Amino acid sequence: MGFKKFLAKRAITMFGVLMATLLVTIALVGANMDSISKQSVALEIRQQVTNNKSLLSSFKTTDQLDSYVENQIKQRITSLGLDQPWYSPQRIGLSMYKILTLDFGHAKFLTSDSGSSDVKDIILEKLPRTILLFTTATAIVSVLGIFLGAIAASKVNSKIDKITSGFAIISSSFPVWWIGVLMIFVFAFLYPVFPARATPEISATDPGYWGSLLYHMTLPLITLVLIGFGSWAYLVRNFLVGVLQEDFIMAKRAAGIDEKRILYSHALKNAAPPIVTVLALSLSGSLGGAIITEAVFDWPGMGRLYFEAISVLDLPVIIGATYVLTAFFLASVFVADVLYGYFDPRVRRE
Amino acid sequence: MSFSARGIWHEFSHNKIGMTGIAILAILFSMSLIAFVTIPVENFKTWNDPASWLLYPKSAQPAWVNYFQSEKIPEHLILQPQSSSQQLDSVYVLTDSFAVNYQYDGFPSDFIYQYAAKYGGSPLLQLSVTRPDGIELPLVSTSLPFSNTETTYNSMLFSTQNVITKNLANAKSRYSFPLDTLSSEKIVFSKLTENKILKGNYLFRVHLYDVSGKPVLVKSNLIIGGKVYGMMGTDELRRDLSIGLLWGTPLALFIGITVSIGSVILGLLYGVFAGYKGKATDEVLMRFNDIIYAMPALPLLIILAVTIGNSIFLMVGFLVIFGWVGIAKVSRSMALQIKTLQYVEASKLMGQKDHKIIFKHILPQLLPYAFASIAISVPAAITTEAGLSFLGLGDPTFPTWGQILHDASSYSAAARGMWWWILPPGIMIAITGLAFVFMGQAMDVIVNPRLRR
Repeated sequence: MGFKKFLAKRAITMFGVLMATLLVTIALVGANMDSISKQSVALEIRQQVTNNKSLLSSFKTTDQLDSYVENQIKQRITSLGLDQPWYSPQRIGLSMYKILTLDFGHAKFLTSDSGSSDVKDIILEKLPRTILLFTTATAIVSVLGIFLGAIAASKVNSKIDKITSGFAIISSSFPVWWIGVLMIFVFAFLYPVFPARATPEISATDPGYWGSLLYHMTLPLITLVLIGFGSWAYLVRNFLVGVLQEDFIMAKRAAGIDEKRILYSHALKNAAPPIVTVLALSLSGSLGGAIITEAVFDWPGMGRLYFEAISVLDLPVIIGATYVLTAFFLASVFVADVLYGYFDPRVRRE
Repeated sequence: MSFSARGIWHEFSHNKIGMTGIAILAILFSMSLIAFVTIPVENFKTWNDPASWLLYPKSAQPAWVNYFQSEKIPEHLILQPQSSSQQLDSVYVLTDSFAVNYQYDGFPSDFIYQYAAKYGGSPLLQLSVTRPDGIELPLVSTSLPFSNTETTYNSMLFSTQNVITKNLANAKSRYSFPLDTLSSEKIVFSKLTENKILKGNYLFRVHLYDVSGKPVLVKSNLIIGGKVYGMMGTDELRRDLSIGLLWGTPLALFIGITVSIGSVILGLLYGVFAGYKGKATDEVLMRFNDIIYAMPALPLLIILAVTIGNSIFLMVGFLVIFGWVGIAKVSRSMALQIKTLQYVEASKLMGQKDHKIIFKHILPQLLPYAFASIAISVPAAITTEAGLSFLGLGDPTFPTWGQILHDASSYSAAARGMWWWILPPGIMIAITGLAFVFMGQAMDVIVNPRLRR
């Protein structure tokens, strides 16, 4: 199989997954969404009628008024296509098409900081903050992890190797969000160095906003790094130990090449494909984990938006956020796949 | 490529990490057993019922903090009575006495006598206290409401009641300082010379006199209020955290083990079937697997919990839906290897049915891997459930550790420094996870080198 064909196949699968996730989400929230939109249509029309004085006075009895309103609601529901159930092919097709073109509609309750209720605006406002926090964390974690993992791999069974492995196992059994709560306890209560809530108090237009945002970001960032770098180092160590046992390394050693150079330029290069893959996957995985972490630190990103949308059942926001999260997740899975296929041609010949 | 159960156990028992895991797990199981035996199920069901925690203190630290303190913080005491009864002529007297050795460096916050009396007629109830210096102070003397027939009367006497303040005022000549502004517990537990705590043995006595019949105290508790309580302290809603933590153990083990066994069985069957059948079946099954594999689990789990329901059993099901995929992938590739082995080919040629080959020849080979995967996937199940509960999407009727942490965070325990509410649940989650990680690691060491051979 050629590389292009491999790419095409992966891309099609990914698109299928995206559609499937959307379908599942729509299927799960569709019924609720229908009843909510019908209610809001009814409310809107009642308001229109009561505001229109001349129309109101033309009715003689309340029965007449009621039947008029009832008719209007029915007409509006039909024109919006709400008379058909959410699972009818047209409606699913329409909503899928809308979502694909990034038209998520308007949020029912939530608004962006600037006051817009357009789901697209809300998401575009929150997404950069999540990317800022989690990409920075992943960058720090991977540099630390690769460095520490290389040291551990060069001295297998040494003290530093054992400490790294032990720390990796122990740190990965604590939930990140619990460490977050603990960090808030220690650094916001015991020693009040950092704020307990990560949302900056000043408005986004203030010139000091970014400084404040970075200051509020410190505590969640430290938490994510602390919990993450151990398992990274362990992973890199395992990959490197495998590579270091191969014959070509032995040959390099026999040729008298400096041990450090073997480790950093030859071994690390050969361990790169799985490391890069895991890096791409962990980037996207951290986005999913962001929901709880952001809720703990009150970080104003996608995760908290998602959580808020769910707690008030703001369905357009839920669907929009799920779509964006899934798309990011799939994009990184795809990139990981492609990178692996590029580095290691054996994968393509599955 | 054969495994014998005994061989595996032999190797496993020489693995220190694995045995540590087993030891931790044994402790957790015995904790669950203790939970079942010592804490009645009714108690556990009333976890969310504020009425059943009225006698407990609010946000009290664990009692053992006193070991690290020079000034002993008063402990919250819930005292059980020593009962005796006698008959003087026609009068029946029931006496409940509560002895307490009070050695703390502060006044109790209050004291409450809670009782339920069963009687006919109109008995007289007296509450008095004998102090370490021998002085007896009468606190309350009241007659219970008259009743012709036998009734049960529930009531409480609070240290803040006027009767007690008035009765104590009669003893003001004994004290060398004015009592007017002091609350009654600060008088009862005070030295005579100055308003400081008098340490020593206090004896609270309740007398119930009745002429028409023998009265019975069905319930009789004396509560001396304090700021520390029990092994684990209490939370903002006065709940005894040790009960919640203890009950969390069987719940976490149940969730973790059920989810992992469910996912492993499902994944194993799915993967082996796909791998064994091969061709179009394999392709279709694996593409479906890919789809589930690439779905973002947490967002969908949250949507499922919100729209379908959050009972603990549904939660287990949801977690299985996302848990089986990875195992299916690995067991498929293993089945691909095994099915090319000669004895499998042979039995195929002999006309053995497919399901027999799968169950007799392929699945047994995968069992060690299955056990390792069960152990490895338990921690993820526990932390995911804890995470969902932490977000407030868990089953509110069961006090899981995540649920306790959710309550802690909704009362902002971290920002208020209530460490005893935050630390223990998280540590329990981590310890439980570690036990299975250790076992999984040990199993992995045994299983993998052979399979790679």
